[in-house]
Amino acid sequence: MSEMLLQIRNATKVYQQRSFGGGTNDVVALDKFNMTIPKAPATITTIAGESGSGKTTLANLVLGFADLSSGQILFEGKDIANASPAERQNYRREVQAVFQDPFSVYNPFYRIQHVFDMVIKNFGLADNKTMSRDMMEDALNKVGLYGEDVLRKYPHQLSGGQRQRIMMARAYMTRPKLIVADEPVSMVDASLRASILDVMMRLRDDGISFIYVTHDLSTATQIGDQIFILYQGAIAETGDSLKVINEPQHPYVQLLVNSVPMPDPDVKWQGTIELPAEEEMRTSSKAGCRFYPRCPDRMDKCLESQPPLYKIDDIDHQAACFLHDEKAVAIP
Amino acid sequence: MKRKDQSVVLDVNDLHIFYETPKGDVRAVDGISFQLYEGETLGLVGESGCGKTTAAMGILQLISPPGRIVEGTIDLDGTDLLQLSEEHLRQMRWTRLALIPQGAMNSLNPTMKISDQIADVIRQHSDKRSNSEIKERILELFHWVGLPARIYEMYPHEISGGMKQRVCIAMAIALNPAVIIADEPTSALDVVVQRVIAQTMLKVKEALGVSMIMIGHDMGLMAQMVDRIAVMYAGNMVEISSVEHIFKNPGHPYSELLIDSVPSLKERKPLKITKGITHDPRNPPPGCIFQLRCPHVMERCRAEKPIRQEIRPRQEVACHLYEEQADGSFIDVRDVATNP
Repeated sequence: MSEMLLQIRNATKVYQQRSFGGGTNDVVALDKFNMTIPKAPATITTIAGESGSGKTTLANLVLGFADLSSGQILFEGKDIANASPAERQNYRREVQAVFQDPFSVYNPFYRIQHVFDMVIKNFGLADNKTMSRDMMEDALNKVGLYGEDVLRKYPHQLSGGQRQRIMMARAYMTRPKLIVADEPVSMVDASLRASILDVMMRLRDDGISFIYVTHDLSTATQIGDQIFILYQGAIAETGDSLKVINEPQHPYVQLLVNSVPMPDPDVKWQGTIELPAEEEMRTSSKAGCRFYPRCPDRMDKCLESQPPLYKIDDIDHQAACFLHDEKAVAIP
Repeated sequence: MKRKDQSVVLDVNDLHIFYETPKGDVRAVDGISFQLYEGETLGLVGESGCGKTTAAMGILQLISPPGRIVEGTIDLDGTDLLQLSEEHLRQMRWTRLALIPQGAMNSLNPTMKISDQIADVIRQHSDKRSNSEIKERILELFHWVGLPARIYEMYPHEISGGMKQRVCIAMAIALNPAVIIADEPTSALDVVVQRVIAQTMLKVKEALGVSMIMIGHDMGLMAQMVDRIAVMYAGNMVEISSVEHIFKNPGHPYSELLIDSVPSLKERKPLKITKGITHDPRNPPPGCIFQLRCPHVMERCRAEKPIRQEIRPRQEVACHLYEEQADGSFIDVRDVATNP
């Protein structure tokens, strides 16, 4: 087995929600999640799902913004929870983040150059001014921005697409091994999205892996290698992006793929779907399948226990649904 | 474009809306004209800042300073909305012209019960109805948009985003308006919920025969929901065509770019990268508004502003690429250049 860059083992995150009448409610945001990212070649791993499915929780856990309730995250074989301060600093350098909102991550009072100055200072990347200049230039060229004028501008003078590419350039400065990008294109105009996706692919080809968190499946088709589709904190289906989207095996993923509006007036949505009443969602059996209240193919046994992941055809394509109990092998 | 079997409900003519800034007016809507037919859904698309929301707010007369309507007419069943007094306008809102606002889920009053908010709208405009009549009407509206009756006594925070969106749709149809303007009605929702809401809107629209202007930037959603699409770029309406034309043979180079930038769900294609250079909105260049980004820009485009012409049935394009012939048909200049 080749070496692993990132291994997530049985990662579970429980948030405690204080209820109004006193007492607490446990909300399981992520439930025994497993994922591995190989060291080489660099890949783009997509984490997709609806709001509340746990995808941002996962990103925050990998970035160290939140601590695991149980489970482990190993980076190059070392548990990040037990890292020494020096290792922690190193981890911060090797794992970078790009966030959703390119408008609020900038301090409006500082010129763009400030963003780069901070990275250089915090990680001691350059010995002198010329060196840091060259580094900034190089990073900007990498994301398709040329000339120094952008460094002297203020954030409000740039488009959302430019700002997001500058965030990519900032992340690239430390030469990370992994970039966690949480919905990096969802607030950028459709016509400029491609430029950011293109930067991600170029950085990947340069050896930087990505965890790409999104709710937009079509961008995952375009740039993603493996995909994890989450439903209520657990993996519903995982595998190669093209395979999962073209031949979804889990009823939720089928519903999701069929609900994406096709940009073709001749291919209309087929049939109508209904959402279950909210109380039904809430009182659904804790023991059984999370998707039971909404599932068109539900069976009695779905109420008894949570379905494990089943291997579909090839080794990496897996779906958590009892429909595959007969023909597929469950993963322990 | 004129279809004889349909009557015009809303006729917007040469509408200009500017925002005042210290360095001069920003021409957010710079002379747009279009007609909305009875029972039709018109999609209004374009990138952020192109003036689509400003245009819609202008139609509703909800422009506040520093914005102002400079000129134009907005004709709704024979009355020019721009000439009406504030009181007349108030009577028109909700009864003839309704809005489903952007981020509709945040537009509800958190301190009022759902039912009271809808009742308020009904009472404002038809005060003769008794309380029981109003309750009956609200429950009927809930049924229309697929809301359970139990939320009648609930507050907005007790229901999900998708349900709040339905409450806004219920409010919009409460007084049987002729025109509904929906500003990105499903943009903050999950894909599955988005589909349910979109289908609810289509069903309601069909049943009530109301006309709708739907603002958005999701071309997939547009393909599913609308009959015609108006494409805006920098305050100008550069194309207005049937949804089939826009997707199969877009006329304006900008429409083409919009269609090309829609990623495909099922197959991997090379990414189309476009440069986003635009002009200063205070100083639009002479000639065509799209010249700085247009891949087909010609000498003529820098001097003369193209006017919108019907290049084939149900397709109006403002572009010099299309030249009218003596017999009234149009040819594409690009075809002539490649095979003379």
